[in-house]
Amino acid sequence: MVQLTLPKNSRVQKGRHHAAPAGSGKTKTFKVYRYDPEGTENPRWDTYDVDVDNCGPMVLDVLIHIKNTIDPTLAFRRSCREGVCGSCAMNIDGRNTLACTHGHADQPGHECSIAPLPSMPVVKDLIPDLTMFYAQYASIEPWLHTTTPEPQKEWIQSPQDREKLDGLYECILCACCTTSCPSYWWNGDKYLGPATLLHAYRWLIDSRDEATGERLDALEDPFKLYRCHTIMNCAQVCPKGLNPAKAIAEIKKTLAERVV
Amino acid sequence: MENYRTPLRRARGHGSAKHGVGHWIAERVTSVALVPLVLWAVFGVITLAATDYYGAVAWISQPLNAVLMVLLTAVSFLHMHAGMRVIVEDYIHTTLSKSALLLLNLFVCALMGSLAVFSILKVALGGA
Repeated sequence: MVQLTLPKNSRVQKGRHHAAPAGSGKTKTFKVYRYDPEGTENPRWDTYDVDVDNCGPMVLDVLIHIKNTIDPTLAFRRSCREGVCGSCAMNIDGRNTLACTHGHADQPGHECSIAPLPSMPVVKDLIPDLTMFYAQYASIEPWLHTTTPEPQKEWIQSPQDREKLDGLYECILCACCTTSCPSYWWNGDKYLGPATLLHAYRWLIDSRDEATGERLDALEDPFKLYRCHTIMNCAQVCPKGLNPAKAIAEIKKTLAERVV
Repeated sequence: MENYRTPLRRARGHGSAKHGVGHWIAERVTSVALVPLVLWAVFGVITLAATDYYGAVAWISQPLNAVLMVLLTAVSFLHMHAGMRVIVEDYIHTTLSKSALLLLNLFVCALMGSLAVFSILKVALGGA
């Protein structure tokens, strides 16, 4: 059965409060999920009063500020700080997004909650274990499959066929969509999830790929593909504005076209 | 628990079942079929409201009404079976309870559907 409550050792408890130092400018409170797998304590919500006058506009700026000046034990991933690497994907105010492109100034006075991506095992604090996510991506063999001998130069493609990849190739594999999908929460061991299926579609409609049939065979499965019930959380949270649900619908349509 | 399987081994699992498109199409075909059938049934119930028991029996005895009623019932139960199956697959993860509930779903839908169809035919053919 689906587990509706967290196991005892995963229940999130009230944590420590870090007040802003005297002489701070305008402050805003951030509630951050903390978990250390090497300790024996349950996960907890630590709160930080952050001097937002002396900190950048994005949630990632706040996290870096906390780590540099308040609490160096906070762990999170980050790299490009401009929405192209996908490292800092996390759940901010109940919504998966990239900390580096999500501003915190829109709601002054509001307590902002920051948690790791839902449904994944937590490595530490805001760092989820994305091993299965990457393995599922690898399982669709996301590279060009051809049997025709390789041309002298490149595999050519018409501009019209290239346009079909728009809205798909931009995916940065941040896992915001996949970890926001309830179907993935319940069946993440078998269901491939929106990000992987979006990439699967990207290779299905690539005019240069010669393995469309084999790719469709590999996807036609009640769990790998058909767990998608068009819930649309994926399209709602995608920080790049893509629509994985539409790509999945196109895969289903292609499979139906194959039999009727 | 660590079972030393590689992540790719776990992601691939048992591979593709190579079925599912039939179920997906069946869900949609039954939905489309139910739109006119339900509209017809609503219309039928409204007209029957003005008649008595014998009027209703006469109505269901007409070949078109009897056939449409049988289709409505059969398609409804097929649709219900397909939908309930998806719900069980979504939420039930232990092999035993999953198999038991899938069987229960099949048997209940088959039994209720057959009973309903038989009853309609009995009335339509003058057995009531």
